[in-house]
Amino acid sequence: MSAQFVQYLLTGLTVGAIYALVALGFSIIFNASHVINFAQGEFVMIGGMATVSLVAAGLPYFFAVLLAIAAAALVGLALEKFAIEPARDASVVTLIIITIGASIFLRGLAMVVWDKGFHALRPFTGNTPIAIGGATILPQSLWVLGVTLLIVLALSWFFGRTLLGKAMLATSHNRLAAQLVGINVRMVLFLSFGLSAALGAIAGILIAPITATSYDVGIMLGLKGFAAAILGGLGSGIGAVVGGLVLGIAETMSAGYLSSAYKDAIAFVIILVVLFFMPSGLFGRRGGERV
Amino acid sequence: MNSSRILTRLASPRTGGLLALAILIALLPLALPNSYFYDVAILVGLNAIVCVGLNLLIGYAGQISLGHAGFFGLGAYGSAILATRYGWPPLAALLATTVAVALLAYIVGRPILRLKGHYLAMATLGLGIIIFMVLTTEDKFTGGPDGISVVPFRIGAFALQGEHIWYWVVGVLLLLAVWLALNLIESPTGRALRALHSSEVGAEVVGINAAEHKLMVFVISAVFASVAGSLGAHYSGFVTPSKAAFLHSIELVTMVVFGGLASTYGAVVGAAVLTTLPQLLTSFEDYEMMVFGALMIGTMVFLPRGVVPSIARLLASRRKAVPDDKADGK
Repeated sequence: MSAQFVQYLLTGLTVGAIYALVALGFSIIFNASHVINFAQGEFVMIGGMATVSLVAAGLPYFFAVLLAIAAAALVGLALEKFAIEPARDASVVTLIIITIGASIFLRGLAMVVWDKGFHALRPFTGNTPIAIGGATILPQSLWVLGVTLLIVLALSWFFGRTLLGKAMLATSHNRLAAQLVGINVRMVLFLSFGLSAALGAIAGILIAPITATSYDVGIMLGLKGFAAAILGGLGSGIGAVVGGLVLGIAETMSAGYLSSAYKDAIAFVIILVVLFFMPSGLFGRRGGERV
Repeated sequence: MNSSRILTRLASPRTGGLLALAILIALLPLALPNSYFYDVAILVGLNAIVCVGLNLLIGYAGQISLGHAGFFGLGAYGSAILATRYGWPPLAALLATTVAVALLAYIVGRPILRLKGHYLAMATLGLGIIIFMVLTTEDKFTGGPDGISVVPFRIGAFALQGEHIWYWVVGVLLLLAVWLALNLIESPTGRALRALHSSEVGAEVVGINAAEHKLMVFVISAVFASVAGSLGAHYSGFVTPSKAAFLHSIELVTMVVFGGLASTYGAVVGAAVLTTLPQLLTSFEDYEMMVFGALMIGTMVFLPRGVVPSIARLLASRRKAVPDDKADGK
């Protein structure tokens, strides 16, 4: 393995971990409600931008991060309460338009509250690259990978071991049956938006020191996260993580070896090719149609 | 007089409705004080043509597309490149572009339309973004992010220039588009589309080739978008990749849903409202995006069926005191 290859792999893993976090957010909301939340990218943006402005306001870094995650979670809960909940019975297309409307609204809000400029966040710990087998990795990349791993472990514990997590899982399998055994499915739906928003915000904060952040950073990150979720198979947790990492690595490799001009297009080429052969993604349930 | 009966008559698609639209288009210039208003009206007409086609796909066949701006952009760039760079006669450029876009839609439509729901949304979205990236990157042909200028549309020695001529051209084409759509909907094909919308398996059981029908309507909607794109490029004399961008795709779908799914006149109304709205919202300056987003959420929450079907339903229920499903405008 050449050093260059290792370098691309490390960069790809870092970007892929971020995509995975965004994709997990898509999957959690999809499982609870069968809604694709196109505002997921805006949570990423809110996480990064809020941290930047809170740190600039003089808050200690750690509290700024916590506050930013809480703020994004609140926005997520408000989105569910005021936009999704009242339109519960609407069609899929209508719900897609609602969440896109929400993303435009949030982007507009961010433009007014903050500005149109790019902002870099200070790395969590230092900025001295660490050498690994001829390649280098930023300490912040290690943070990205480490935190993502922690979150994946925490989520699998949450969905596998806690009552609330199991309730959410049950709701995703069969909403009516879940309701019948006494699960408050509306609460599950409500909380899933808060959880997804928090995940998105964490992704936004982790990546902000590497790529800088701005009011419109959520569009591409949101779309790539959606692509990752679809690639893995909608609603599959493992799928979201694998999908994110595969996209991240493929994107970096093709930018490095083929053409960097088409870096952002690669994710969508891959998704089209995969969907041609596997219409439900890599880990998706193959659904039949009931008549 | 019972105005509701007249309105019901107007909602009957191929008789009153088309006539009403023709009269509206013919009389509208009386209310347009200057060329700025003509300009907005032309943009409304071009968007309406795209939306009438897109509504066939989303509203009737039930297949979502989040990438139709890609076809619009291809139409615009095809005409721009052939007519401007290679000096083709604009009409020939338009026809060649349309055929090429139809062919592309036919080729990619086959595998894409096997997908369902969110997977289809993803695939069409991806297709649109790839088209956008190609248009932005291949700057040798497309001029890159800055775009390229386009020669005026001319047939022989006659050049289409100025808002007034374009208004009538676009108006007539919109009528033609609506007429084609309404006829398609009332044909056996239209019934097949609605059948596969409610249940694809069910439709196949009664002998409808779902794949062929979906593909056909996908190609038709792509052709509508491409033609509108070509004309828009010649009209404005300039084209940038933003015409093919994801956000434009979203705008188009929003117009269709806002006006009312499975309502051809709804698509026209949606295009009219959402094309005019940003012109009005510019007075909000920094708050423009927020207001637009809030309006999108608000209308979808309170009128999930779209404006035209909701109004038709309201009028019908007022007349009969019982809601009537058949009154959802066509």
